[in-house]
Amino acid sequence: MANRFIFGVTSSIAEATARLFAVDGDNLFLVARDQVKLHIIADDLRVRGAGKVFTAVVDARAFDTHRQLFEDAFTALESIDTILIAHGTLPDQKSCEASFEELRKEFETNGLAVMSLLTHAANQLVQQGSGTLCVISSVAGDRGRQSNYVYGAAKGAVSVFLQGLRNRLSSCGVHVMTVKPGFVDTPMTRDFDKNMLWTTPEKIASGIYNALQKKKDIVYLPWFWALIMWIIRLIPEPIFKRLRL
Amino acid sequence: MNWRCQPLPIPAGSEVSWLPFGNGRSYGDVCLNREGLLLDTKPLDRFISFDPKRGILRCESGVLLDDILAVTVPHGWFPPVVPGTRFVTMGGAIANDIHGKNHHSAGTFGCHLRRFELARSDGRRLRCSRSENQELFNATIGGLGLTGLIVWAEISLKRINNQVMDVEVIRFANLGDFFEISEYSDLEYEYTVAWLDSMARGKKFGRGHFVRGNHSACCTKPIAAPKRRLSIPVELPFSLVNRTTARIFNSLYYKKQGRVRSTALVHYESFFFPLDSILHWNRIYGSQGFLQYQCLLPPDSRGKDALEELLTKGAQQGLVSFLGVLKVFGNKLSPGLLSFPRPGITLALDICIDGDNTFRLLDDFDSIVQTVGGAVYPCKDARMSGTAFRNYYPQFAELERMRDPKINSSFWRRISGGENGQ
Ligand SMILES: Cc1cc2nc3c(=O)[nH]c(=O)nc-3n(C[C@H](O)[C@H](O)[C@H](O)COP(=O)(O)OP(=O)(O)OC[C@H]3O[C@@H](n4cnc5c(N)ncnc54)[C@H](O)[C@@H]3O)c2cc1C
Repeated sequence: MANRFIFGVTSSIAEATARLFAVDGDNLFLVARDQVKLHIIADDLRVRGAGKVFTAVVDARAFDTHRQLFEDAFTALESIDTILIAHGTLPDQKSCEASFEELRKEFETNGLAVMSLLTHAANQLVQQGSGTLCVISSVAGDRGRQSNYVYGAAKGAVSVFLQGLRNRLSSCGVHVMTVKPGFVDTPMTRDFDKNMLWTTPEKIASGIYNALQKKKDIVYLPWFWALIMWIIRLIPEPIFKRLRL
Repeated sequence: MNWRCQPLPIPAGSEVSWLPFGNGRSYGDVCLNREGLLLDTKPLDRFISFDPKRGILRCESGVLLDDILAVTVPHGWFPPVVPGTRFVTMGGAIANDIHGKNHHSAGTFGCHLRRFELARSDGRRLRCSRSENQELFNATIGGLGLTGLIVWAEISLKRINNQVMDVEVIRFANLGDFFEISEYSDLEYEYTVAWLDSMARGKKFGRGHFVRGNHSACCTKPIAAPKRRLSIPVELPFSLVNRTTARIFNSLYYKKQGRVRSTALVHYESFFFPLDSILHWNRIYGSQGFLQYQCLLPPDSRGKDALEELLTKGAQQGLVSFLGVLKVFGNKLSPGLLSFPRPGITLALDICIDGDNTFRLLDDFDSIVQTVGGAVYPCKDARMSGTAFRNYYPQFAELERMRDPKINSSFWRRISGGENGQ
């Protein structure tokens, strides 16, 4: 039985992961911005076997509330084994190209908000001297592409931030895990054509669950994305810039 | 639809029809809507509450029986009625008002339903129970998804001591013996059903195995769930089931059990859901596929004669089937308006499709069933005529009256077309 904190639990991947925690009888502190959906999930996890379940309604971009949030979470759970940060939006690339306001909003949600949360979470875990920070980044952050570089840039920033944080925290007993899922069939990607490369939130969730137990640093889910992204990163820029990706 | 707090995603102005879709485990076209759209209920898969003291469970309609078992069995509670597969949704179980091996003791799924919420296309959300919106409560049980979307439902569960079933199998030589064993077994056993060698002729006619069981009363040593997951990897271009293989299978299966009686303690999964351990088992029938035919006959001598007539006719005309299932339904009535189970004898056959012959033969079956005032199970049908359906279910007009105007199914269009149809 462990104590787990989840930010963005209404996202499909986070919800599926939370179900695996619930079956283990873990205590949960769940955060989302939509109160009704948050309570729907909290009730479900209680029935599925979770121990104590706490909830908090917080918006990712309400940066000034983040510090208090972790204080509340540490008070409620006493100690925290895992902090999972899983919220995100899928920006409309075209509107972000047309409007900086739009771009800033998306970058704040997918990039800055994660860094804000991580800053407070990291300091608390360092005090505690243990625990894991697990963040859902994306393969999209591994190389910028014309079709979604705003999302990619935010995720790329998060991935690099996590690298540094891992480096800083490794001597403090705090573990940092970067999760890079490929294409996942969720409400966020409902309108996309799906092919063999797509997977389900449940498969990603069990990947996260296993990686947490093995204390992995960086996990591509499913694993073959490590190979795909390795090849994509190898393509020389003069060639890459001419590809329609 | 991902959240129960959202409105039905049915656009106001559109003319196309919708149909709630569970996990697609119905055999025919009750869960299909060729001329319209399907409303996927699988994302509605959340539990709402579970009271382990009283055994009352409330969950969204897309929750699978498999998930319910995982949550409730460790607390000593079991779904009140289960079908032959655990991969059905709560909504699907209600909309077909499913029955199980315990029909004689427990009635149908609908008998244990306490309340549910129904979303109609006009935006209304109705709480339905035996005391609120009772007409819609009754119409939705066995209502084939036509009265609206069941958003969540609350059921009463049954107490069990452990995961173990106390099972006895008895070989019987003919239908007379079946009825005799059934009559006294139904008094002492909660679950009863028989496998029938539906292809046997002459002296072997009407032979089979009678299976009866109870949830084990005493706490025995834990018995593990069946592990092996066989999978039929691809759909075969031909059918592995033909007259010869089916006859050999039936014969071997009949003889499998050396003794006339044998008893065993087994895990509930092997007792209730034997087919679930072979993934994609339906693929052995090849691309032609197969049909199921499940009918109900009255419990008197007319019903017994009709049963004999059906089986004789099937054997004469070369019907190929290796799963024949026979059971006597009990007297407990479901609140469901269009429920299939009524007191009587039910026979289910899965049938290899052999061109038009099969369809002609099943039409003949329908005539026999209509003559004795029986019925055919819509959930397992893909072919009965509108006239036959309306004879089986004179209440259909009432369901039509309560149908959500924006909801329709391939099945419903088929059976309400033609003579006297809508
Ligand atoms: C191996 C096997 C064994 C079986 N054994 C039995 C048995 O012993 N007894 C028995 O009675 N049946 C049996 N069945 C049939 C099965 O129990 C039913 O077909 C069941 O209703 C399927 O549920 P589903 O969730 O797959 O629903 P679907 O097949 O997808 O849909 C069934 C009906 O429910 C409606 N529906 C689904 N969800 C909702 C909702 N949320 N709101 C409103 N309507 C909804 C659909 O419109 C449709 O009319 C068996 C099936 C298989 C494959």
